[in-house]
Amino acid sequence: MKVVLENLTKKYPNRNKRIGGDVTAVGDFNFEIPDGKLIGLLGPSGCGKSTTLNLISGLIKPTSGKIWFGETDVTNLPPENRGVGLVFQNYALYPHLTVRQNITFPLENLKGSAKLSKQVMEDKAFEAAKLVQIDHLMDRKPSELSGGQQQRVAIARALVKVPRVLLLDEPLSNLDARLRLQTREEIRRIQQETGVTTIFVTHDQEEAMSISDMIVVMKDGYVQQIGKPQEVYDDPINLFVAKFLGTPPINVFEGEAKGGKVYIGNEAVADCPKVEDQKLWIGIRPEGFIPDDNGPMSCKLLRVEVMGRDVSIVSENEAASGPTIRSIVSSDIKVDPTRSEVRFSVKPHKIHIFNRKTEQRIYID
Amino acid sequence: MENKSLKGWLYLLPALLFLGVFMVYPLIDVFIYSVEEGYNSASQTFYGYGAYNFSYVLHDTYFLQAIRNTFLLVVITVPISTGIALLLAIALTSIEKFRNLYQTIFFLPYVTNTLAIGLVFMILFKKTAYSDGMINMLIMAVGGHAIDFIDGPYAAKMFVLCFYTIWVVLPFKILILTSSLASVNQDYYNAARVDGTSKWRIFTKITLPMISPSIFYLIITGFIGAFKAYSDVVALFGTDLNAAGMNTIVGYVYDMLYGDSGGYPSYAAAAALILFVIVLTITVINMLVRRKHVYI
Repeated sequence: MKVVLENLTKKYPNRNKRIGGDVTAVGDFNFEIPDGKLIGLLGPSGCGKSTTLNLISGLIKPTSGKIWFGETDVTNLPPENRGVGLVFQNYALYPHLTVRQNITFPLENLKGSAKLSKQVMEDKAFEAAKLVQIDHLMDRKPSELSGGQQQRVAIARALVKVPRVLLLDEPLSNLDARLRLQTREEIRRIQQETGVTTIFVTHDQEEAMSISDMIVVMKDGYVQQIGKPQEVYDDPINLFVAKFLGTPPINVFEGEAKGGKVYIGNEAVADCPKVEDQKLWIGIRPEGFIPDDNGPMSCKLLRVEVMGRDVSIVSENEAASGPTIRSIVSSDIKVDPTRSEVRFSVKPHKIHIFNRKTEQRIYID
Repeated sequence: MENKSLKGWLYLLPALLFLGVFMVYPLIDVFIYSVEEGYNSASQTFYGYGAYNFSYVLHDTYFLQAIRNTFLLVVITVPISTGIALLLAIALTSIEKFRNLYQTIFFLPYVTNTLAIGLVFMILFKKTAYSDGMINMLIMAVGGHAIDFIDGPYAAKMFVLCFYTIWVVLPFKILILTSSLASVNQDYYNAARVDGTSKWRIFTKITLPMISPSIFYLIITGFIGAFKAYSDVVALFGTDLNAAGMNTIVGYVYDMLYGDSGGYPSYAAAAALILFVIVLTITVINMLVRRKHVYI
């Protein structure tokens, strides 16, 4: 089922009466989610990603705009008629019911011709439980399960009625780091096995990048960029997106374009023949630095952190907007940690320049 | 370790001391009184030990009347008041306008003096030389016959007592249930809504189990409170409850101690112990029921 969001907007009246006006939680969201894809809604807290999810589920009514499931306009349908499966951040498993009862709960709501026999419900519940690999825990209460198992029960409960769209609200944030890694693979697997169009919300860019077919980066209620994870990472549309994606984060410098070259301080680090002279923000990905004694960038070396596969060089530069610059290079490259200065040259496709005022990307080519 | 537990006992000492003096010692004393036969409070003498006091009390028609009244009061008021409180609490949580106003109104009986409320009920129900009481005026207005609620037939008196008791205990129950309802995580309701759960099913399958600990608490305290009913009855029917046929177990105990026919601490102690056994039994039954039906 493809999902289309058309100028979707949700405004709330401002709580602070003196300021008045409305607060835009989601503004003018346009996106056609292709059928059967896994979409990550990504952004810092308060950016409107959960509101968007609730708008799609129908728990919140939009101020304006439309939502389509396939060819059906569902904007004014109540949540129960939309056929969405929703997994809550805290799972919202009914604590007084067993796993089995939790999973069959949505099926027992069916009425009329859709009504199922007890046996069919049990079978369907078992099938869903098997899909998320909790079929051996059917008689337990949620309190007797680990966080990861509860998460799976919640997913099984959302899947059991074969939803047209599966919505996951911060599905991994209550799990520890290791489980998170495992569960996100699991979500990917389940999504691919069922082929259900899935939208999940997260503030963790790594999570979104690793399993999504497409990511939507949001800020202050507005979509910043939509695209395949790698595309968005390689080709951020503005400084916010560039900074939000990537761990360690992109290194940002004050600089300028002058005579067709990009300057950080007095050092020309890249060419930009078509760009007018102006002040810039310059972003360089950590992996974009090459230690090079003849390179244009000179930095004060602070320390070298060896992390096995990679080496992380931490250094300082006056033009940097952060306190330190972190560059990641292959551990094959030896950097003498006792020296006081390190010089870099920069990979041209790992450097992005942005207008100093608007923070919009300026394309070098 | 030894030192630590000593310290612990030291900190507990004041509480233990007061509990011992004002709770444990009187309890033991009541038990001793109850088995001392022919105790004379003036001379502080008695004939011997035995179960005669219990036998006397259990054969006393006034006590049997008191037990009947108390049980009726418990059986009628606890379920009805809890049910009404639940309905009102749900209504309160589902409205937005004037919620605080209504909450205040419902809470007023809780902060009003028992005797003042008793007076109001007199005005509502009592038949005097000058007036039949407001309720009777209403009954007559719709063509009925005036009933003497305070000095009239037993059923009428019982009705007033139950009405009064329910009205008095409602605020506390509403308060507990509204806060309990508010503490149910909204996500459960959202999850149920997304799954197309009907309102009735949400109520029976989610809301009720979630607030069942509070309901259970209210039922237990309601039972215990109703078994201990006394001051309300006095406020309505005066101090000579035996004559009015409206005595309660606690009222009987009081009368045996200080009433006009009083001065029998042994009978009072026996009656008090019987009440204790009844309340204990019912609480234990409640606990057993709870284990089966209350989600925790």
